[in-house]
Amino acid sequence: MAITSAPARSRLDQEPLAGLPPETLLELYWQMLRSRRLDERAWTLHRQGKIAFHISAMGHEAAQAGAACALRRGHDYVVPYYRDLTLVLSLGYTPRDFMLGLFGKQGEVTSGARQMPSHWSLRSANVVSTSSPVATQISHAAGLALACKLRGDDRVALACIGEGATSQGEWYEGLNWAAVHKLPFICLVQNNVYAISVPVDRQMAVPNVADRAAAFGMPGVVVDGNDVLAVYEAMKAAVDRARAGEGPTLVEAKTYRVVPHSSDDDDRSYRTRDEVELWKKRDPILRFRAKLEAAGLLTPDQQSEHEARAQAEVDEAVQFAQAAPYPDVALAAGGVYAPLPQEA
Amino acid sequence: MPEMTLIEAVRQAMDEELARDDRVFVTGEDVGRRGGVFRATLGLFEKYGPGRIIDSPLAELSIVGIGVGAALYGLRPICEIQFADFIHPAFNQIVNEAAKMYYRSNGEWLVPLVIRAPYGGGISGGLYHSQSVEAFFAHVPGLKVVIPSNPRDAKGLLKSAVRDPNPVVFFEPKKGYRLIKGEVPEGEYTVPIGPANVSRPGRDLSVFAYGMMHYYCLKAAGTLAGEGIDVEVVDLRTLYPVDKAAILESVRKTGKALVVYEDNLTMGYGAEVAAILADEAFTSLDAPVKRLAAPDVPAVPFSHPFQEWFMPNPDKIAAAMRELAAY
Repeated sequence: MAITSAPARSRLDQEPLAGLPPETLLELYWQMLRSRRLDERAWTLHRQGKIAFHISAMGHEAAQAGAACALRRGHDYVVPYYRDLTLVLSLGYTPRDFMLGLFGKQGEVTSGARQMPSHWSLRSANVVSTSSPVATQISHAAGLALACKLRGDDRVALACIGEGATSQGEWYEGLNWAAVHKLPFICLVQNNVYAISVPVDRQMAVPNVADRAAAFGMPGVVVDGNDVLAVYEAMKAAVDRARAGEGPTLVEAKTYRVVPHSSDDDDRSYRTRDEVELWKKRDPILRFRAKLEAAGLLTPDQQSEHEARAQAEVDEAVQFAQAAPYPDVALAAGGVYAPLPQEA
Repeated sequence: MPEMTLIEAVRQAMDEELARDDRVFVTGEDVGRRGGVFRATLGLFEKYGPGRIIDSPLAELSIVGIGVGAALYGLRPICEIQFADFIHPAFNQIVNEAAKMYYRSNGEWLVPLVIRAPYGGGISGGLYHSQSVEAFFAHVPGLKVVIPSNPRDAKGLLKSAVRDPNPVVFFEPKKGYRLIKGEVPEGEYTVPIGPANVSRPGRDLSVFAYGMMHYYCLKAAGTLAGEGIDVEVVDLRTLYPVDKAAILESVRKTGKALVVYEDNLTMGYGAEVAAILADEAFTSLDAPVKRLAAPDVPAVPFSHPFQEWFMPNPDKIAAAMRELAAY
């Protein structure tokens, strides 16, 4: 991603900002901002009756952009969950890809428009296909990590999940494998306080998901999920540890889902507007923007440029997807089995 | 050709595939030093080491889930579920994940995974060491479901399963592990997944079976030959995708069909065979399509007379054959 008008390096030297160079910091900001603008448009399209469904990453942008930044993109394995829009955009998924998914149009990259929106898959970026039942992806990431270890390569596997899904037995089984076999595995829990309507204190009796890490025999880390650099640093430590053969880490990013669970949910029945408004003030994008501005890395002109570019990319993607044809119905019947390899 | 038991054939298939392809590994409960509770992996830990023969935690769901993940990487896991009765916690991984991965990723992600599980009753295993669960999985597009009935097929089909780029659920008739012996070709061979096998040609009626019940059907057919009734026995071998052509061809010849399975009767595999025949061979039928299966109780009850009551056996099968032949 070409970011124009990189700021002077002298200011950065005074403000290390997680040791990241200015172009990386602006890239992080760009990924978060573009994800938010796409996300907002998806809600609008749904309210206009143009798309059937949207599930949002709003509020999670820092947790996901920070996590992606700690990985070797296209090298490490990522097994995301449905709320990971910013994560997959950071790994190479495009606004067009996202919009084709929302509209279920021909050329949709994750599934050929077979899956609902936000059920990511991008083989070229080692982003593994995901389903809707929660926590199924955990053992996949552990299995990928096992394979990495067995084959002696230096990849790590990241699995993302919400705090609600950590109630599933499958989450425990996957983390147990990772710990027993000391696998290059990271579980990033994006704790946004609600699993649809059920608050976190109805999911577990401990204050932090990460507290459970001790029971597996792995480190558990709690990090402010609305601070992109804090997430990056926690994830970087976990990735370095995994790549060094020191085993798995459970990282819990505390954040908040500032919108309903999905376009079919109405959150007014289970939480107050005051609570939501409070968290909107802690917006991860505004926070990071303020930090960049304070460090002299983002000028008002640059901010306007970013906004204009994000808007243009979103507009273009929507137009592209709306103009795209639906897939040929014949494609629904095929592709059930992989063909057998030619006999040698 | 050397003669061996069905379990020896299973073991030999895994041994040869482990030797042929270093992406192949085995995981499951007690598969390591113990060599598996049925000894399917006996000696493999010593030969291939803990990086290829991996004792799993006691957790079936993640035995399969880990296998799916390793298969996504491009390895060729063979996951052993100790008894088919214990496969149910892994149902979601098999049905929602492994089976749908290729379709849902538009062909981008493959799951070349084998799930082996001993199935079936008649071994005093009670409700939870006797189940026949094939019908659940034979309902699922994206899976291949295989049940061998003899050592030659067990070896050749398992080798095909390991090489298949799709998830294969491979049920082994545990009562036949040591009871069923047969000749196995020397050297490299495979048996393709898909085609059924007419294991005994005949004129008077067609009997469709797989696994242990196929073994019993051959015995019963031998008895009826002495009574002048010429039974054709078709070993279905691959339950899904189903070999419709073989089923139709046999019944177009004999005009009569009996399906034998040890799963409980209702909504079992025989229902699909009967439906195929009703749909596509109606004018060839000289008699109603019959099913001989286990009664509709939750599973095989333990006490010996209970088990005898539950299980189809050569005598019950011979009686069903006679009745149909006389129709």
